[in-house]
Amino acid sequence: MRKFLVYFLSIWALAVVTVVSVAGLRGGLSRKPPLEVFPDMDRQPKLRPQTTAGFAGFADGKSSRVHPAGTVSRESARALDETATGKKADGAWVDANPLSVTAELVRRGRERYDIYCAPCHGLAGDGNGFTTKFGMAAVAKLHDERLIKMADGEIFNTITYGKNLMYPYADKLVPNDRWAVVAYVRALQVSRLGKKEEVPDAVRATLK
Amino acid sequence: MSDIFPKWTNRLPLMAAVAAPILGLTAIAGITYYVTPKYTRVGYQPKQPVAFSHAIHAGQLNLDCRYCHNGVESSWFSNIPSTSTCMNCHSQVKKDSDKLALVRDSFASGKPIEWVQIHKVPDYVYFNHSVHVNRGISCVHCHGEIQKMDEVAHAKPLSMGFCLECHREPEKYIRPNDLVTKLDWKNTGFDGKKAVHDWKVQPGQSCSTCHR
Repeated sequence: MRKFLVYFLSIWALAVVTVVSVAGLRGGLSRKPPLEVFPDMDRQPKLRPQTTAGFAGFADGKSSRVHPAGTVSRESARALDETATGKKADGAWVDANPLSVTAELVRRGRERYDIYCAPCHGLAGDGNGFTTKFGMAAVAKLHDERLIKMADGEIFNTITYGKNLMYPYADKLVPNDRWAVVAYVRALQVSRLGKKEEVPDAVRATLK
Repeated sequence: MSDIFPKWTNRLPLMAAVAAPILGLTAIAGITYYVTPKYTRVGYQPKQPVAFSHAIHAGQLNLDCRYCHNGVESSWFSNIPSTSTCMNCHSQVKKDSDKLALVRDSFASGKPIEWVQIHKVPDYVYFNHSVHVNRGISCVHCHGEIQKMDEVAHAKPLSMGFCLECHREPEKYIRPNDLVTKLDWKNTGFDGKKAVHDWKVQPGQSCSTCHR
């Protein structure tokens, strides 16, 4: 019996060591795709975004479709008013933000600005975001007189389509978010243009 | 006749009685340890077509997650950025780098870069990104400390038990909504219980919450 135990336990130990050394421990890095132990219905032949798998209907294999050339979506065809284009019916820029500028809108604008604009234009709009340290050239300073005087609609249009070296941001900011950013940019500009008399009395005393 | 079964066979039942529990327990231990996403998924780190570093972009440069994954707040699916998103900066920053050749080709041709998807729940799980990131559940809970990863690896198991941990006690994981993408945020005095109550967070625990 003792002999049996010795054999059995050594073979058992060897087997355990072999399995552990081949399979490794939990959390080890691996280039191999995960093993799906019970794969029933885990991967279904249905359309998922940004994949090629599971669908053979399109020649290019892309599950997320781009607009066919020469077409517009129903939404964009329907909404061609000032809020969507930044332009009046006669083609001139909309002068002032068509949304009602509330604290809520400016807060939203600040959040969006910090995410999408600050990398280049800087958190305060000085045109000194981190990308400028890595070769991003000619970033507009939002406090320039030219931009202070620019119509809201033109700023909106620049966000939508980009300008010069700046790429379009229409895919990242829906029209209402663009107007929110415009409102926040105005707030940034006003922060440098304010006069002492405009500060509420209670706070004015604390100014240096 | 006495030679048909040698004498040691008398001890067979005893041997079986000793061996069977050991083998049985070993098998159970082995399956418990290995047949779980904690082993099968965690650590998956495929080679990506472009050596994009989250550690540089999201860590060092502190770029917000949503700059690239801009659909995450409004869609169930958190998008992989289009190549044009890369080009917003890389049309000027490191514009001649060999590492970015594939990005430039893709931008010119319109043919997408074939990134390898790492985090995948089974197709019968209907996980919704937007409902989580709009109610104070950070990217970091499911994706790990992405801002420290040069190459992204699967950090959390994303098993059913993993989901339920949080669905049972969301107050332990919830955070202020505007800090969802601050991956290194530490809770110092945020009242999760109050947030769960005030924001009417009701993470379901029934099957149909996720399996629809």
